[in-house]
Amino acid sequence: MSSLPSKRFWQQRYLMLLTLPAVLWMIIFNYIPMYGVIISFKEYTPFQGFLHSPWTGLANFRELFNDPTFTDSLVNTFKISIAKLVFGFPAPIILSILLNEVVFKRFKRIVQSLTYLPYFVSWVLVVGLMYTLLDPETGVISKMLVSTGIIGSDTMMMGSPHTFLTLVVFTEIWKNIGWNSIIYLAAIAGIDPQLYEAAIVDGAGRFRRIWHITLPSLKPTIIILLILSVGGLINSNFDQMYLMQNSMTQDAANVLSVYSYKTGLVIGRFSYGTAIGLFQSIVAFVLMYIANYSSRKITKESLF
Amino acid sequence: MLTYTKRWPERTFDILNVVVLLALCIMTLYPFYNIVITSLNDPTDAARGGIAFWPRVFSMENYKVVFQDERMSHAFFITIARTLAGTATAVLFTAAFAYGVSKTELMGRRIFLMMAIVTMYFSGGIIPYYLVVAKYLHLKGSFLVYIIPNLFNVFNAIIMLTFFRGLPKEIEESAKIDGANDLRIFWQLVLPVSKPVLATIALYNAVFHWNAWYDAMLFGNDNLLTLQQILMQIISSNSNVSLMASNLGLGSVSAQSLKLATMVITTLPIVFTYPFVQKYFVQGVMIGSVKG
Repeated sequence: MSSLPSKRFWQQRYLMLLTLPAVLWMIIFNYIPMYGVIISFKEYTPFQGFLHSPWTGLANFRELFNDPTFTDSLVNTFKISIAKLVFGFPAPIILSILLNEVVFKRFKRIVQSLTYLPYFVSWVLVVGLMYTLLDPETGVISKMLVSTGIIGSDTMMMGSPHTFLTLVVFTEIWKNIGWNSIIYLAAIAGIDPQLYEAAIVDGAGRFRRIWHITLPSLKPTIIILLILSVGGLINSNFDQMYLMQNSMTQDAANVLSVYSYKTGLVIGRFSYGTAIGLFQSIVAFVLMYIANYSSRKITKESLF
Repeated sequence: MLTYTKRWPERTFDILNVVVLLALCIMTLYPFYNIVITSLNDPTDAARGGIAFWPRVFSMENYKVVFQDERMSHAFFITIARTLAGTATAVLFTAAFAYGVSKTELMGRRIFLMMAIVTMYFSGGIIPYYLVVAKYLHLKGSFLVYIIPNLFNVFNAIIMLTFFRGLPKEIEESAKIDGANDLRIFWQLVLPVSKPVLATIALYNAVFHWNAWYDAMLFGNDNLLTLQQILMQIISSNSNVSLMASNLGLGSVSAQSLKLATMVITTLPIVFTYPFVQKYFVQGVMIGSVKG
């Protein structure tokens, strides 16, 4: 311990050789872009770069808050995120509880393995599946929905802003429910079986055991994941939104991340696009902080 | 579990539960099944729609056309190359960092870890990142843009770090006494005994590389087209497929069917890989979620 830092460094030269490349990588690919955020207070030009582009102060942000497209995309972002949170968050919890109640263990394993599958395919494929199955002329699902009278025969499921939100939430659940249930299943597996046995002796039925043992045991896990999802409220999945938009659903699919991409990289307004991204990060962090704080006050569980 | 007689609400619950879960399985599998059977159907006939359970007029025509397309085979090559090279390098690079910081005596260990964790909560956003990669590092249009920016991943590093911490210290200590240095220990002792965690991380990386389209869109060019990007172009506008079909002397009526064949070809490799590594990755999710 008392050896000189230089001597210690020399002793650890091989460990350093393993560690430092990744540190350097982080500086280049994470920290320099973080520093690059200053261009949202500048007017970035490629020749002058992050450092020498001229300052413009808050001009980009002033323009942002007066931009009706920005306001629309902010509203869309929250609308989509809240819908995903309300319907998508409980889904894996319900699935894991149902799986836990399955008597035949082999059936349980099969269901589990199958529901992971969509997590591994790309959003590109998922959107492709939707276009195929929901095609008004050839799609099997849309034909089925028409024949059962759920939708009219002239409904274009992928081309209507009204069905858009439903489809977004539905595919989100479809793609992630199995994967997200893993963590809850692990928490359930950690519950002391004696609790259930004692409850059975006391005459508690199925529903009482779920309500009084399984759910309370899952509470810490649920809260931690809830805090994380609240932080993610504003980061609605870029892949999904970008790929699901078409000329008819553009207005509904314009969320902050898509708007930032389009203004920044497609139109080439680098500074303005960065300002949108910065706004998004700040709101995400504030939301997560609030969720974490309230959770610590109310339930004593917190992330940090 | 104690055995006890089940009352009727419980039996009803059991039955309903199985029904609900079966319905979920069908909802998960059917979309995949449907594109497979429709892609195996004669394109002209498929345009009538309504193929629900099996092909009406069996035909491999769609697959022949897709495999003959040069753009497709090139994209296949690029995608396989980036998946293999990207996965191998990223697993090693991330493991090296994780092994280094798993040693408590490492100088600056806390700072390195803090640096990594901060990146999970803050980022510069897409535009500064794009500018660094494209304008400062000049990686745009180079195959390396698929490899270098994806060498490191914090979540994967934490999973590996947790695993390395759990390894027994005695083996490494005895190797040290025998004169092996840290590089040798990492390469010849630690990596071989870490196969489960390496397999998990390799799967995550491979899935990412196979499914990636975003970086291909940002940084790629026609020579670097990936399968997912072709698929994306086909889905977002049918014009490309119609063009591909008419180039090969087929009617535009098969555009829809060609799209399906492309979807199947693009997805099959990942679907076939995952049962083999399934037993590992559940463990990975659980370790990874500890640190959020």
